[in-house]
Amino acid sequence: MSREIVVNVCMDTGGIASGSLEVMEAFEAEFARAGLTASVEKHCKLHRVGCFGFCARDVLVNITIDGECITYQYIKPDMVERLVEEHILEGNPVVEWQVDQEYEDFYRLQQRVVLANNSKIDPENIREYIDIDGYGAINKVLREMTPADVIECVKASELRGRGGAGFPTGLKWEICARHKDPMRYLICNADEGDPGAFMDRSVIEGNPHSLIEGMSIGAYAIGAHTGYVYIRAEYPLAVERLNKALQQARDNGFLGKGIHGSGFDFDIKVKLGAGAFVCGEETALIASIEGERGMPRAKPPYPADKGLWGKPTIINNVETWANLPPIINNGAEWYAAIGSENSKGTKVFALTGKIKNTGLIEVPMGISLRDIIFDIGGGIEGGKLMKAVQTGGPSGGCIPQAHLDMRVDYDNLVNVGSMMGSGGMVVLDESDCMVNISRFFLEFTQAESCGKCTPCRIGTKRLLEILTRITEGEGRKGDIELLLDLANDIKDTSLCGLGMSAPNPVLSTIRYFRHEYEAHILHKHCPAKVCRKLLTFFIREDLCTGCGVCLKSCPAGAVSGTKKNPHHIDTSVCIKCGACYDVCKFKAVLKE
Amino acid sequence: MEQDTLVRLESIYTRFKKQEGNAISILQDIQDEFGYVPEDAVCWIAEASGIPESKFYGIVTFYAQFYQEPRGKNVVTTCCGTVCHVKGAHRVLFQIHEEITLPPGEDTTKDGLITIEKVACLGACSLAPVVVINDKVQGRMTPDKMVRQLRKLQEKKP
Amino acid sequence: MITLTINGREISVSEGTTVFEAAKELEIEMPTLCYEPRLKPYGGCRLCIVEIEGIPKPVTACTTPATENMVVNTNSDYLYRLRRTIVELLLSDHPNDCMICTRAGDCTLQELAYFYKLRENRFKGETRKHDRIDENPFVKREMDKCILCGLCVRVCDEVQGVNAIDFVNRGFNSNISPPYEKDLDCEFCGQCVAICPTGALTGKVWAGEGRQKNVKHTETVCGYCGCGCNVTLHTVRDRVVRISSKRDSHNQGWLCAKGRFGYEFINKNDRLKTPLIRRKKGGELEPATWEEAFDLIVSRFNSIKKKYGPDALAGLASARCTNEENYAFQKFFRAVIGTNNIDHCARY
Repeated sequence: MSREIVVNVCMDTGGIASGSLEVMEAFEAEFARAGLTASVEKHCKLHRVGCFGFCARDVLVNITIDGECITYQYIKPDMVERLVEEHILEGNPVVEWQVDQEYEDFYRLQQRVVLANNSKIDPENIREYIDIDGYGAINKVLREMTPADVIECVKASELRGRGGAGFPTGLKWEICARHKDPMRYLICNADEGDPGAFMDRSVIEGNPHSLIEGMSIGAYAIGAHTGYVYIRAEYPLAVERLNKALQQARDNGFLGKGIHGSGFDFDIKVKLGAGAFVCGEETALIASIEGERGMPRAKPPYPADKGLWGKPTIINNVETWANLPPIINNGAEWYAAIGSENSKGTKVFALTGKIKNTGLIEVPMGISLRDIIFDIGGGIEGGKLMKAVQTGGPSGGCIPQAHLDMRVDYDNLVNVGSMMGSGGMVVLDESDCMVNISRFFLEFTQAESCGKCTPCRIGTKRLLEILTRITEGEGRKGDIELLLDLANDIKDTSLCGLGMSAPNPVLSTIRYFRHEYEAHILHKHCPAKVCRKLLTFFIREDLCTGCGVCLKSCPAGAVSGTKKNPHHIDTSVCIKCGACYDVCKFKAVLKE
Repeated sequence: MEQDTLVRLESIYTRFKKQEGNAISILQDIQDEFGYVPEDAVCWIAEASGIPESKFYGIVTFYAQFYQEPRGKNVVTTCCGTVCHVKGAHRVLFQIHEEITLPPGEDTTKDGLITIEKVACLGACSLAPVVVINDKVQGRMTPDKMVRQLRKLQEKKP
Repeated sequence: MITLTINGREISVSEGTTVFEAAKELEIEMPTLCYEPRLKPYGGCRLCIVEIEGIPKPVTACTTPATENMVVNTNSDYLYRLRRTIVELLLSDHPNDCMICTRAGDCTLQELAYFYKLRENRFKGETRKHDRIDENPFVKREMDKCILCGLCVRVCDEVQGVNAIDFVNRGFNSNISPPYEKDLDCEFCGQCVAICPTGALTGKVWAGEGRQKNVKHTETVCGYCGCGCNVTLHTVRDRVVRISSKRDSHNQGWLCAKGRFGYEFINKNDRLKTPLIRRKKGGELEPATWEEAFDLIVSRFNSIKKKYGPDALAGLASARCTNEENYAFQKFFRAVIGTNNIDHCARY
């Protein structure tokens, strides 16, 4: 091991939001102040890296001295001085700030293929990617394989698209490569719009060159010379790092004319999204790249036949592209050996919600939900009971606790009424109302519907209206059946994936939590105490200290009382905003 | 139209011709330049580029990121993604609207000091609920913290 | 050629034919609101959904290209249910004021509601409200009746190349509008009005001029220019109340602003119906018969030609005449009168 000291600081959007920029600055200042390299007689390197994964513990810092790596969690700028002082200068790690057993457990069941190098390399420095054998796969492809070999290899790996529906990637490429039109395009879908999913952002922020390498491999396989990355403008840091990476790749001859010294030309253009969830749908995305309103076109013909500018086009998402270099490097058999029968490889999930260990995880396909939630995720926070896990974002569904032992892969998720989607996994506990969750997703899809086809434009609006009236205590007998009928008809008649999957949250919550719907409709009662219109707020006199905080917080003037005497809520005036409930430090405000 | 505006539009148009842009990229450039998409800018660029004005307007109203009005000096964006929702984003949002009075149907205060907006997901779910104040992501937001932040912004008033 | 089976019947069609077109050749009817053979396929209304073996979900016949050995079913209880739901959804966001709508009896949506027996609506809810800005002289836009089939947008783009309107907003709030929700400011060709399947776009000049029951249709040729577009006059008693054109005409049913809207002069009392002759110098122009008029022309031409020679005469032809008429006119001047003084108003 080299005689050097490396400090890795997590610098993705999540890390920066937790203050890693300030931590970085503090290290810089300390390094300068301590004259570090001189005093320890070793080369000291401060290093910005991508997401470690365990975002709940941000800011995470790795300090590696002569190959020995120690990880610190919850680091704040004012802690840096002691880290430098004790660990780096004196060689005594600060034990109480180190990560604990739980941190190790978080990674125990994970298998990192796509995220493997996220916490190791500086995403803004192409040399570091090259040093870990980056761009080795594309060189192998260009020198030793024909395009048909590459397609064969991807087919044999049984890689399926990581963007949602899981179409076999090799097959898609083959259809495109067989097309008689020699002009082809290649697109990376980085319009990660699912609320609760951020793996694509993390890959681009942490290891953009793996995406560029993956796309180059695909371009060679299908014979495309121009690629596009369609990326959300809501991800400014990812855009910045991607543009830097592209420029570095061009400067090194990895993009442009004759890439990597071969006779093959390929370059990548970046197109910024403008804020439309529907543009994650491939035909809408194509329309958006062409400078149109992002309204999907009917399929067939599929983009592999008739895509961008009417030419055969391959669209895969970031995670799919990032899987390609490891597949080429390690071989199709290696990849196909990971995972379950019909879903090979690993999958990155954004594990969030009411769970202890939130963050970005990468697990082999076929792992059980229980392992993900209770082992990796460490269980439900605050000692509450788990109710469901929502996967696949607005296109997916809620899976109840009864299916905890289900093996997570494409087909099993569809069987229980959800889907893989891009890999969001939001854990819900007993305090979440499933009707409210279903309404939340419909509010989202309804607002994001492009308006082209009737069932999605008007149908999702009507679903939302029915759900709204149920959560407001205006539900009618027969509403559940009406929801089911309408949801199924929208699924079967919508033009694109957005409309076809928009009813999934409704269908899956009715399937598993019908009793919650019935409680709202028949008894005007919200079992989880979430739907405000169905709640009554009151103050328990024995607990109220008369501090008056609730009185001040009430926007409606419904709280009355004098200092140091129990307060009272006038229910006829109360607008049920819940402000008093939130501010009461003595848990004296109750809702029923 | 003012001479200065015209010069800025001309440079946007020149860039567009050079880079083979499209209607969306022109509008993104206009927004970067002016902070929003003014109607007369669209009118001018439609005339110059030969792209119909109706198409520009269709795009401006389709994509959420185009603003047709100037934005406030401060922008407060509440994330309303799934995780933020279950972790109480609506309470934060409620508090914001208690604190800041917006003209009906608009998202910027009358004095142009603060713009309030929602976003579907920022991908900072581990820090939910999240609010972005002037490009700085602030995690684990509570109604109380929000009020303090907003008051800070309001004190900046000259 | 491609051979496919639709409802158990085999048919061969050329490559690129859609399932909708193939079904039409077999005279299989399918409901639709957005399909239009003269425009590119759109697939928005979803009414022409069909089941195709091997494809898990119904697809729209109008957008799906026929492929070899494809097996299509256009009719089933399942498809009936789905189509009925779609129409029901459209009606849930529609004023349903057929009693006073200009298009009553000539409205595809009304037809469909009748066919699917939609009296009750399960999906009553919010409806779109539109401020009407209709100062323009020709097109009445009642956008709350719009079903967003996009035909008007497409005809304005693909056929007329004017792009006066486009889709605006998205989702439930989608609308079709000129830029910045202003009034229509275009050529007023009225193609959008002619192609609209509902009462959203109607001609102002024919509003309130009579329902379908009393209207008589007469086929004729537009007199405005040499194109000679075929037009259909809609008349109530002796009044022309509207002009339309059929799709199978040489002009494919397309008309211009003059041909479509410029007919009011026909019904005017001060319209010229006979030749006029000024019989006395300085006197009034007086109605005359055609014989009298022709006699006068012949005698004056002859006398001028005799006195001053043929070059004293000149002819100016009109762009409103056909090629044949213009040919005959110049021939008359050259061969009968004997002069080359002949010109045409379009030769500026």
